[in-house]
Amino acid sequence: MSKKSRGSNVNSYQIRRPMRRMWPVFILPTFLCFIIGFIWPFLQGIYLSFTDFMVPSDAELTLIPALEAAEKNPELITEAGGKFAYCMQAFFQNYRKAFEDPSFARAFWNTAGFAVVSIILINVVAFAIAYALTQKMRGSNLFRTVFFMPNLIGGVVLGYIWSMIFDAILKQYGTYLTANATYGFWGLVILVAWQQIGYIMIIYIAGLQAVSEDMLEAARIDGANGWQTLFQVTIPNVMPSITICTFLTLTNSFKMFDQNMALTGGAPTITLAGGTQIKTTELLALNIYSTYNIGRRWHGTAQAKAVIFFLLVAILAIAQLTATRQKEVQQ
Amino acid sequence: MKKIISMLLVLVMVLAMFAGCSNPAEEKGSVYYLNFKPEADEAWQALAKEYTEATGVEVKIVTAASGTYSEKLNSEMGKEGAPTLFQCGNAQGLIDWGDYCLDLSNTDVYKEMTTDDFNLKDENGAVKAIGYCYEAFGIIVNKALLKQAGYEITDITDFASLKSICEDIHARAAELGFDAFASSGLDGSSSWRFSGHLANMPLFYEFRDDKVTEQPATIKGSYLQNYRNIWDLYINTSAADKTSLSTATGDESQAEFGTGKAVFWQQGTWEYANLIGEKYNMKSEDLQMIPIYCGVEGEAKAALCCGTENCWAVNAKAPEADQKATLDFLKWVVTSESGTKMMAEQFGPIPFKAAKEPANVFFADANKLIADGNYTVTWAFNHTPNVDAWREGVVSALTAYSADQTDANWDAVKTAFVDGWANQYKIQHGL
Repeated sequence: MSKKSRGSNVNSYQIRRPMRRMWPVFILPTFLCFIIGFIWPFLQGIYLSFTDFMVPSDAELTLIPALEAAEKNPELITEAGGKFAYCMQAFFQNYRKAFEDPSFARAFWNTAGFAVVSIILINVVAFAIAYALTQKMRGSNLFRTVFFMPNLIGGVVLGYIWSMIFDAILKQYGTYLTANATYGFWGLVILVAWQQIGYIMIIYIAGLQAVSEDMLEAARIDGANGWQTLFQVTIPNVMPSITICTFLTLTNSFKMFDQNMALTGGAPTITLAGGTQIKTTELLALNIYSTYNIGRRWHGTAQAKAVIFFLLVAILAIAQLTATRQKEVQQ
Repeated sequence: MKKIISMLLVLVMVLAMFAGCSNPAEEKGSVYYLNFKPEADEAWQALAKEYTEATGVEVKIVTAASGTYSEKLNSEMGKEGAPTLFQCGNAQGLIDWGDYCLDLSNTDVYKEMTTDDFNLKDENGAVKAIGYCYEAFGIIVNKALLKQAGYEITDITDFASLKSICEDIHARAAELGFDAFASSGLDGSSSWRFSGHLANMPLFYEFRDDKVTEQPATIKGSYLQNYRNIWDLYINTSAADKTSLSTATGDESQAEFGTGKAVFWQQGTWEYANLIGEKYNMKSEDLQMIPIYCGVEGEAKAALCCGTENCWAVNAKAPEADQKATLDFLKWVVTSESGTKMMAEQFGPIPFKAAKEPANVFFADANKLIADGNYTVTWAFNHTPNVDAWREGVVSALTAYSADQTDANWDAVKTAFVDGWANQYKIQHGL
């Protein structure tokens, strides 16, 4: 559809002119907030990941004490294999510690597993419910509301409520939620599915309603059965919704924090032979948080983990968007 | 012209956003205390109000939620207008906050002190934090209920007698209407009683045998069997379900004891005010604190576990006026009528010259036991490396053990206790 043909009032000169002149009023406050609330902390975060600090204002690059140590003891440089290698090691010290931390690796695999399971579960169930609720049936509006409601409750509250529910159920079998990592993992999956299915469902409903009736009718006339219509006509046409929904569930799973903290808090902690202790149900975000809380020697490392975490989420999200975009139908 | 007006408008909007952050004149200085003890919050607020009314100096008291002090302190310290007075109570505290602790050696409040025993000093002898109170913990007994069950407090002299009494009460719980021990919850609000305070028993005896006085890199766990003895008693002679301990809270156990549903409760002197307060209205003559017996040889001569983690530190990086205001406030707290009264009520005997005699019967119990020639069980757990993580490991293992009290599960507790210590020592020291 061509833009000019509608003659929309929004595009009229009368309305456009003041908007053009007053653009700073509309743009600047938001832009300023964006800088204060996002860009500046982000840059500061990257800087802090190369430092040693208790609170951000007294951060010192990890390189500085290392250089001082090298001045007193030049052997350190030869041990590291040259001045450049030594400086690089000192500069990236927090990143090295982050990668060497076994709890970080464990948290990564927990998160990856959690993301795969919850993306599939949430999207399949949400789509199924949305599909059912867009068929002509009585009370579909009521159902939509009910399914959406869990999304209105905050993550921490949900975590505590569900931990009570799970414990009450597991008690019947003489066990409890934090008894092992499996319960905690599936508990979190159930909680998050329950919370997010409603929201994702709403997006799918909007997508399904936009599929043109003509096309569905044409499919019927051509003799397509229900499944064929679903897979050949409906799904290709709701691909934009699938893109946005997988994006949302993917990033949500990776960024999962409140629910994880309130439901199990990473418990149970297991002590491996040799003393290494690992929180078995900890996801990445919670791992970063608890690393920070160990104490001042770990603040920079936690910050380095956070930067790694950001890169990971960004790369995954971009890869996923590119992949699903290619499947979208151009109208 | 309009463009300029619009720019101005934006400027006004932005300035309005920051107006709330600006501060009034600062010459007088102000005090910001990040309080550690939720149970003392009300008393601090009242005292702060009184001080402000008398002197005009603003005193802000903020209390961190139970078990979140270090997180709260961390975030507050990073802000403009950071706390001027905070809590720095152990070795970990000095590693983290040493740079932030003003040397208190030559201050008025330090000169008011009667002992150096509870103070934290750095390697150069600078007084980094002053212990403003000391505390004792043990097993609080409801003597009225004990009598109802047919026993006197003098019947309890060691682990064996405690055990037989508890088992008898537990067996008759339905008929008596109360049980032996209040629930030993392992929720975050309660688990410190066991991963911290109760764990002090095996740590104390081990350190005493091995003459350990500084944080050791490794421990042996020689007295873990005793830890098991007392823990078994806590959970076996209690009404609480052993598989739901992971979610049982500290408040629940307080309510059980406060409302007369349990005879015994492992807690500390700081709970006195809560127990005799309006909520539970217990009578002080019914309350007594006895040592934690766990079957160690010679423990009939044990006194209560006495020590402190409560040390004040003044923020060395706060503006000078605020530091001065804070020191003046502290001096007033430990010398004035209302200050010493509040301290006596909330914290018991404080190591300051003007201290008032506390009404808290638990301190009387502590002092009497020491006066009778018993040995004080000191706070060995103050040496714990990377405290929170170490305790989490112990709590997880202890929770699993409680649900199923097998030897294999107890071995996991031992591993978390002993191997976990060595591991957390390395982590704490960045090795």
